[in-house]
Amino acid sequence: MGRYHRGMTDTTLRPTTPSTGTTRVKRGLAEMLKGGVIMDVVTAEQARIAEDAGAVAVMALERVPADIRAQGGVARMSDPDLIDQIVASVSIPVMAKARIGHIVEAQVLQALGVDYIDESEVLSPADYANHIDKWPFTTPFVCGATNLGEALRRITEGAAMIRSKGEAGTGDVSEATKHIRTITGEIRALSAKSPDELYVAAKELQAPYELVTEVARTGALPVVLFTAGGVATPADAALMMQLGADGVFVGSGIFKSGDPATRAAAIVRATAQFDDPAAIADASRGLGEAMVGINVADLPAPHRLAQRGW
Amino acid sequence: MLRSLGAEVVPVRRPADLDGVAGLVIPGGESTVIDKLTRMLGLAVPLRERISAGMPVLGTCAGLILLSDRLADARPDQQTLGGLDVLTRRNAFGGQNESFEADLRVPELGSRPVHAAFIRAPVVEEPGEAVQVLAALPDGRAVAVEQGALLGLSFHPEVTGEPRFHERFLAHVRAA
Repeated sequence: MGRYHRGMTDTTLRPTTPSTGTTRVKRGLAEMLKGGVIMDVVTAEQARIAEDAGAVAVMALERVPADIRAQGGVARMSDPDLIDQIVASVSIPVMAKARIGHIVEAQVLQALGVDYIDESEVLSPADYANHIDKWPFTTPFVCGATNLGEALRRITEGAAMIRSKGEAGTGDVSEATKHIRTITGEIRALSAKSPDELYVAAKELQAPYELVTEVARTGALPVVLFTAGGVATPADAALMMQLGADGVFVGSGIFKSGDPATRAAAIVRATAQFDDPAAIADASRGLGEAMVGINVADLPAPHRLAQRGW
Repeated sequence: MLRSLGAEVVPVRRPADLDGVAGLVIPGGESTVIDKLTRMLGLAVPLRERISAGMPVLGTCAGLILLSDRLADARPDQQTLGGLDVLTRRNAFGGQNESFEADLRVPELGSRPVHAAFIRAPVVEEPGEAVQVLAALPDGRAVAVEQGALLGLSFHPEVTGEPRFHERFLAHVRAA
């Protein structure tokens, strides 16, 4: 509870005590990030560069996905000291990753005071059957999804924000394109169905009927939808926005490039002006080397992170 | 929210978008980012001119920060548009785990309390003499202030579906 709760003296306010961790404030923070770029950082110095470049939030982790991919081994939650240093170094929200199904890593991240927890396929899964029950947490969660059914299952478990997965650490935007198109296309298809067809749609999506009917009625997820996984250039980021994303996560694409500060600012600008090709052209000049990248088609199936999560 | 109250709404992303706009909403978001983008897109100077010429503005959360003349706990290079004679403290409650919903008494809006969502919210600590405090926390810190046609809120009335501040803003626009 915040200072407001402890300092409360006015009896007229008592019937509705201030409440933290509500669905509205969890989903609300993601609303405030719309139109923005969330950047992966591995040091406090990188976090400051990201904030200076105009990131709406940073994702604190020990290794960017490209290094996790290159070095292999089990990828886990970051060191608490590293997260503390990053939280202390910026004024924007800080997110951090927990392994899929790792309830205790998520509890630790909440205790550390991060602003958002990413239950992420980029780390090695801790549970191959269940995701975390996210409702009991005060800290909101973002989860990855490759299709609408997966997104709705995560929302049912309490996710307050969804990001399409893409294929992290590749610099190849093709999977991100596929996943955002799949999710938005399935939403459009759902909206076109008659009410009596939604029962079977819910069965096929493996998602609760009430949530399916809500999405069919509103034509949108009930939470913010960002995109991730392979975004490396300003044009990539603008593409995601034109395809209907509310904002963009950029992982390895910034700090694996030749001039991270300039590229980060350029991606922020292209995300804000995603419908203005002249501005994107301007933002794309003089950025130096992009990250080298891996074509997803060359990745053997067991190395595809997007297939983690169910 | 504004559309449901009968207003015509357009996004402002470039200076030309400001032509023909009678009032402005500066929404929630990260104030550091809005500051950078308004400068990068050449909006900061024309916005300051319009604000000092009396354009009604509703600023919520980050928007309140942008409207404030003075900031506490800001980045050293952070700038504002200004207009409200207040000192505003960023992230005054802490991180997201301290974000909360609460009822506020706002006598100017009638007896029914305002249900408000505070998300990594700022507060107003030193309102100047020309500033009217519309709502305060029980500890006295102001969370809704008005100076002329400028309305600044720490919280998000749109998140809880509260229309009365937007109605008040539209009344300023009609009167301008």
